[in-house]
Amino acid sequence: MQSPAELDFESWVCPVPLRETPSVVMGHGGGGAMSGELIEHLFLPAYGAAAAAELGDSAVLSVGGGPRLAFSTDSYVVKPMFFPGGSIGDLAVNGTVNDLAMSGAVPLFLSTAFILQEGTALSELGRIAEALGAAARSAGVRLVTGDTKVVDSASGDGVFINTSGIGMVPDGVDIGPRRARPGDAVLVSGDIGVHGVAVMSCRDGLEFGTTVESDTAALHGLVADMIATGADLHVLRDPTRGGVAASLNEIARASDVGIELVERELPVPETVRDACSLLGLDPLQVANEGKLLAVVPGESADQVLAALRAHPLGRSACRIGTCVPDHAGMVVARTGLGGSRVVGLPIGEQLPRIC
Amino acid sequence: MKYLDEFSDPELAKKLLDQIHAATTRPWAMMEVCGGQTHSIIRHGIDQLLPDGVELIHGPGCPVCVTPLEIIDRALAIAARPGVIFCSFGDMLRVPGSSQDLFSVKSAGGDVRVVYSPLDALKLARENPDREVVFFGIGFETTAPANAMTVYQAKRLGVRNFSLLVSHVLVPPAMSAIMESATCRVQAFLAAGHVCSVMGTAEYPPLAEKYRVPIVVTGFEPLDILEGIRRTVVQLEEGRHEVENAYSRAVREEGNLPAMEMLRDVFDVTDRTWRGIGMIPRSGWRLAPAYAEFDAELRFDVTGIRTAESALCRSGEVLQGLIKPHECAAFGKECTPRNPLGATMVSSEGACAAYHTYRRLELVEAK
Repeated sequence: MQSPAELDFESWVCPVPLRETPSVVMGHGGGGAMSGELIEHLFLPAYGAAAAAELGDSAVLSVGGGPRLAFSTDSYVVKPMFFPGGSIGDLAVNGTVNDLAMSGAVPLFLSTAFILQEGTALSELGRIAEALGAAARSAGVRLVTGDTKVVDSASGDGVFINTSGIGMVPDGVDIGPRRARPGDAVLVSGDIGVHGVAVMSCRDGLEFGTTVESDTAALHGLVADMIATGADLHVLRDPTRGGVAASLNEIARASDVGIELVERELPVPETVRDACSLLGLDPLQVANEGKLLAVVPGESADQVLAALRAHPLGRSACRIGTCVPDHAGMVVARTGLGGSRVVGLPIGEQLPRIC
Repeated sequence: MKYLDEFSDPELAKKLLDQIHAATTRPWAMMEVCGGQTHSIIRHGIDQLLPDGVELIHGPGCPVCVTPLEIIDRALAIAARPGVIFCSFGDMLRVPGSSQDLFSVKSAGGDVRVVYSPLDALKLARENPDREVVFFGIGFETTAPANAMTVYQAKRLGVRNFSLLVSHVLVPPAMSAIMESATCRVQAFLAAGHVCSVMGTAEYPPLAEKYRVPIVVTGFEPLDILEGIRRTVVQLEEGRHEVENAYSRAVREEGNLPAMEMLRDVFDVTDRTWRGIGMIPRSGWRLAPAYAEFDAELRFDVTGIRTAESALCRSGEVLQGLIKPHECAAFGKECTPRNPLGATMVSSEGACAAYHTYRRLELVEAK
């Protein structure tokens, strides 16, 4: 036990767990600050010495000096289960494939675990399974093990899926959340906020007319093309829950750099901007399922962008910012009018505004 | 929506800013009334681009922020009851009552649902005749017409299991209260464009005349706000105090007549407590006697719930423009968007939350 004089208050974290709420609330699953606090204050202390996580999208492991494997797990609880451009089945494959791809890995094997609510129509489950199988075939991954559980009708909400995955990390690839450096370029592979808006557009009570379809896609081919350029890719992130804002904040903190965004360079499609404007949401905090963020040395930015744009899933890739030595751990956007604003880590769930 | 792009064009913004700089010869303090304007000002960094002497004072126009604590506590009490489906707009769910928020009630098993229109709540009531469906009807004149229409429809359709928890507040009496305050520094108002799109501008000339302040009806896009500021500065510099409409694409002088008629039918003007400010006479709406059967406070007998604010929170002074958010000792320490003491730190339209979210860098660098 340290004495107060020995504590480094710069990096000190309040030890009181989850001060504000005695029970789990929806925000704990929102991918923002509340999710982070749950991990930091509840899970990691409980795991103690058993925990060995870099807290990236996947863990890179090697056994007995053998090849490096990427390992990742993710659960899918999306509502509605079918949305424009995809379904929970697509997400369950592409999401975990992308988590593996963000460490540069070639995804190989997935497990599929279903938790089914009693009363779910088998025809719906069949459609989900078909979509999952098609996504796996398309991504070139094998579904090698699985599990099925059923909960009573009061305990579930349709279909929940967990997929875990294993991939192989090529030699010479070292991509991780702590590797961003001042001077690095921040790239995004295409339009942001599309998946979140597609799902919101068919939620009960919203159902706004839109042509937006989810961008759900497996990105490992895109990552392979980026690696093939020979550039030293520092960080890759899959900005799902919490959106670009959450991922960039996590990179800034893990690497202890500032990130400066140029707001006018952000590729926000009109439909996303309009929906966010209507609901009072920030496109930077809206989920994506087929986009990646890349942090690469400034001198490699053009080369990596060219590789991204040559791939069907990266045609609208662009540079959105730069890592800087100032305001370490913070993301700042230069606004279109010339001012600046801090892009914060979302707290919990995004809440539509009243007016 | 190319149409809106044109209202954030940086070239046009620069022209307006140049005109504001050229017109400003001395310091002026103006209040943007609406929280949506505050959010836009901070989000786009507009206040950083104005002449040093032009100060924007953030007004009390965030509906989430000014909903009184006891109404939140009454909402929590109703939402926790078995058999109730409690419906609300999203940003009310994290507003702290005296001990918890609606998210906590939901987590404990309460049926709390985010809806996007009060009519969705009415639909739920018709689909669930064995449940009591309550809609949390808060906000300014902007959200009131839809709530009025919903109660009107409930009565017309005979939906007996629907009720409204009403906490509507009115902008002009609050502007009067601010001008009457002994410590008032406000020399002009950017009036809330969306409120005026419903109510028109007829209520403002008497205020402009009585308090000798320019009132410029202003929108929410960056160019709307800059144009509102430009017109306000010009009036102040010329010693005029008139009502101007700088948001004519949405606001007519007479307002939205059918909406106003609906409001007159369903609501009666009442005294209303504003969170952080206190009671302002005749500054709110309650359901008229003809619609009293749809009043959730009466139906669930929660009018006895009375609660007090955190002693640390100075949101009242923030809402009146007396202090900036970061001048409160609790700002960023005991009070953050993650753990808000007062409602101004909850809603994205709240001045404290806007400062914490978008201006932390400046505040850190200033230390």
